[in-house]
Amino acid sequence: MDLKILYFASLREALGRGEESLPLPEGVTTVGQLRAYLHARGDAWQALGEGRNVRAAVNQRMARPDDALQGGEEVAFFPPVTGG
Amino acid sequence: MSVSVQQEDFDVGVETAALSAGRTDIGAIASFLGLVRGAEDSVRAMTLEHYPGMTERALAEIVAEAHRRWQLQAVRVIHRYGRLLPGERIVFVGVASPHRGEAFAACEFIMDYLKTRAPFWKREETPAGGQWVDARETDDKAAARWE
Repeated sequence: MDLKILYFASLREALGRGEESLPLPEGVTTVGQLRAYLHARGDAWQALGEGRNVRAAVNQRMARPDDALQGGEEVAFFPPVTGG
Repeated sequence: MSVSVQQEDFDVGVETAALSAGRTDIGAIASFLGLVRGAEDSVRAMTLEHYPGMTERALAEIVAEAHRRWQLQAVRVIHRYGRLLPGERIVFVGVASPHRGEAFAACEFIMDYLKTRAPFWKREETPAGGQWVDARETDDKAAARWE
């Protein structure tokens, strides 16, 4: 099962896309590793760099970098939330 | 349904009345209403983006946590998304409880958690163009008080 990856708000704009699907990349077993994998695409993906304030969710729940991925999850990356 | 994420406006009077409709055991209702704060030289409009699905789930979990912490008889949370103009209503939180202390505390708790855990993002339109609103450290501190 492919990962469904969503991007929101300023991150969506910086990356020029809101959604993509891809198989779990080799060597990626956590949210943090997926972020590093995407960041390594370079150019606009610098927006996912370690110095950037990016939050993540897995299957619509807030996630931490060491949370595990097995493939098939819905993973979202976004800036800190600003509702209310 | 205690949580709604919607584009449409809402009626504060109707929502407040609904919290105690048909009941006589409620002693206190506390509510919070958030508005778009505008100014000619700064914010002229605001667009709220959200994460459909996760937003409703996150709000429902916050409400469930409030129920665990306080004796609450009814809770209503409404959050709007889309483009809103200064003065328009964004968010409503209403809490019914036997006593005011619990109603006040739960209402503030829900807002503090909503600000840091519900996936909404604001984009402001200003004379200089559009810009995403930065998260505020004070919001994190407000939420941390409840840990």
